[in-house]
Amino acid sequence: MESIAIQESRSSIRRRLAKQFSAFIDPHFVVSDQETLRPYECDGLSAYCEEALLVVLPDTVAQAQKVLKICHREGVPVVARGAGTGLSAGAMPHAEGVVLSMAKFNRVLEIDIAARAARVQPGVRNIAISEAAAEFGFYYAPDPSSQIACTIGGNVAENSGGVHCLKYGLTVHNLLSIQFLTMEGELITLGGEALDSYGMDLMALLTGSEGLLGLVTEVRVKLLPKPERAQVVMAGFATVSEAGDAVGKIIAEGIIPAGLEMMDSFAIQAAEDFARAGYPLDAKALLLCEVDGTHEEVDEHVATVVTIFKNLGATSVRVSQNEDERARLWAGRKSAFPAVGRISPDYYCMDGTIPRSQLTRVLLAMEEMSEHYNLRVANVFHAGDGNLHPLILFDANVPGELERTEEFGGKILELCVEVGGCITGEHGVGYEKLRQMPAQFTDAELEQFHRVKRAFDAKTLLNPGKGIPTLRSCQEYRSLNMNLMPNAQVASQPENNLREARG
Amino acid sequence: MRRSRRNQKITCEKHVADITQHLLDQIATACNSNQTLSIKAGGSKAFMGRPIQADCQLDLSGHSGIVSYHPVELVMTARAGTPLVELEAALAEHNQMLAFEPPRFAGRGTLGGTLATNLSGPSRPWWGSIRDHILGVNLINGFAERLRFGGQVMKNVAGYDLSRLQAGAFGALGVMTEISFKVSPQPAALRTLKFHLSESEAIEQMNYFASQPKPLSAAYWQSGVLYVRLAGAASAVDTTAKHWGGDEIGTPEATAIWQTLQDQQLAIFNASTLWRFSVRSNAPSLNLNGDTLINWGGAERWVAADAELAEMAQVAETAGGQVSLYRGGDRKGEVLHPMVPELQRLQQRIKQAVDPKGIFNPGRGYSWL
Repeated sequence: MESIAIQESRSSIRRRLAKQFSAFIDPHFVVSDQETLRPYECDGLSAYCEEALLVVLPDTVAQAQKVLKICHREGVPVVARGAGTGLSAGAMPHAEGVVLSMAKFNRVLEIDIAARAARVQPGVRNIAISEAAAEFGFYYAPDPSSQIACTIGGNVAENSGGVHCLKYGLTVHNLLSIQFLTMEGELITLGGEALDSYGMDLMALLTGSEGLLGLVTEVRVKLLPKPERAQVVMAGFATVSEAGDAVGKIIAEGIIPAGLEMMDSFAIQAAEDFARAGYPLDAKALLLCEVDGTHEEVDEHVATVVTIFKNLGATSVRVSQNEDERARLWAGRKSAFPAVGRISPDYYCMDGTIPRSQLTRVLLAMEEMSEHYNLRVANVFHAGDGNLHPLILFDANVPGELERTEEFGGKILELCVEVGGCITGEHGVGYEKLRQMPAQFTDAELEQFHRVKRAFDAKTLLNPGKGIPTLRSCQEYRSLNMNLMPNAQVASQPENNLREARG
Repeated sequence: MRRSRRNQKITCEKHVADITQHLLDQIATACNSNQTLSIKAGGSKAFMGRPIQADCQLDLSGHSGIVSYHPVELVMTARAGTPLVELEAALAEHNQMLAFEPPRFAGRGTLGGTLATNLSGPSRPWWGSIRDHILGVNLINGFAERLRFGGQVMKNVAGYDLSRLQAGAFGALGVMTEISFKVSPQPAALRTLKFHLSESEAIEQMNYFASQPKPLSAAYWQSGVLYVRLAGAASAVDTTAKHWGGDEIGTPEATAIWQTLQDQQLAIFNASTLWRFSVRSNAPSLNLNGDTLINWGGAERWVAADAELAEMAQVAETAGGQVSLYRGGDRKGEVLHPMVPELQRLQQRIKQAVDPKGIFNPGRGYSWL
């Protein structure tokens, strides 16, 4: 009886809100029927689904502002959504809440070539900014793998990176200004046309806040002149640790590559079968090192990188000779996720970061865990910035396998924290990684996050239940993991430091 | 102690001291007795912000030393009171540097103060600000709790970014005890070019240079002369220098020029009233009646002139940016760019969330913070 009563009240709230929104938004874009709600039930991480109370697609800032004001007054949760490409269930709907889709905010408002900046609406796709700037010889640097689909509003919410972020930074380094709405419907602009502004840096705070602090309504980003040339050096290695040494050696030479990616043998095999990029199948580890800059600089750095790879015993080295070849070499890496998806019914992508020096240790530990859980792992690694993407292969139709996969994934993230890294480099905490947050943060730190959240959103209506776990759920987690010590420092290895010191 | 710091390698033995516990005790006392604290380390930035009368001074000058440095990871962690020159000396041994080129104020400038005031030098538009280099901070908040945000890795999106939030907060959000930041390799080659140009011509020229995919790393103009610095691979720097023309300046002189600018030792920085504008790089001349220096390829402008903040704020906004009364003048009122009421309230609520009793540096940045 009780559940029926709840059902009824939910549908009556739904009807009431839909009526209110339809007064100022075309009713076609106030979605309340189950069939049309379905595509919104998850983001890129489909393991977590929820049916929204309503989905609403406003068209103007004034409409979005009204939606927020109504929800604030009524105490209805709001989940902002861009393209839904997120990988941590951050845009998963709230069962009693409204999904506010920014899909219709898809206009590039201004390409200001003289000032090397672009002003765009949040629903503009990442790659569309570079496309709009291309005719002037400029581009927007952060390039997450999902860039053909993901939107800049989502990039701000997640502080997205990409393969070029060691040299060109994350989203937070490439923003000039954000305009956003608070849950109460106040419109606030942070930053401007200059490089910095006064007061505490709220733009940094908003960036990566996963839709918990505000709804981004407009963004001004930096544009960079397109490098004259980019070239990729690909090298195969007989061991992962040799490849890891090569990464360190490039940095020690004073070269900051535009991109530096590593794949293990499993990932190489899958990517090669899928994309025919010409990867060496006998290699245990593959490095893709892209250098960009002026023609002279690229010539100089490519020669240095090739020498380093050869001196460190690379089993094969290849340099892209033209744009086609460069694109082909990257195609394998960029399709690594779907490629792995093809050889397994399901896969679960992790997103931990580690200090580069810990790579071999982490990979070996992961091999052991893989045997323990009897689940295969393929590794794709942003070697330049220490962001590891282990892909755990599993079959959700085998009873218990999903649970085993989640446990395995959780252990990997805890290991990342243990060696001095963190549980998420670019995918965000969302709903998915709430459980691992106490591995990285103490109760006092989490409580500080909650207080900051309430400074923006006193009723905690924006994307509730994501990003920051409640302290009660943390206590449960800690009681199951007695040895857990948040932020435990890595015992540094003197011999490692010595090797570094010698360069 | 809650956190283990075992076996940490310490690469720099100068003035190494961890007084975190002492700081924590002082803050707990202030917290319990409702006293305010003014935070100080090298004291090099006493002229900035607003003068305040706090109940006690919290001295971080003894909280110094590099905690860890991994050249190959491009990451350093140091205590907030460490002088910048000490960091630079340790980095130079590995041909690395602080790419944000902060003013060192005759050796007194420290890491914590530089982040709190968000001060970055000539290279900032190309290599990023101190805020851009921050990876994590250890913080003591107004509840006298030791907290740690961010980390020592390049990418970390777990939790809110309370580390970079500190940039420009003038210490209002607690006491930073340790800071982790990204370091960079020194460029293989440097060349400096000089052009004789008027202010408007220089603004146009700087923006033209910045629109080229060339190894530009600094551009400043004063008194009819534009200085441009190229930095990167030797072949790229040489070719660009040839292509761009201008008069080349020899290395010793060029080094002196850029260091004098970075350390704010030019005469204009001692003006009795000095305004710092952060504006759109291609904004036209601000046309103010006073000595002018243009840095950051046009995005930072310094003007020595007697004027009111409100009047200067309008000029800054027309140029797409903001202004502060950097040195001198009337410092009893506001000295930083005014905020719209919504933003001011939000900053106050965040202050409340971190330091509800208002212990730390009350009124140091803004009178209301």
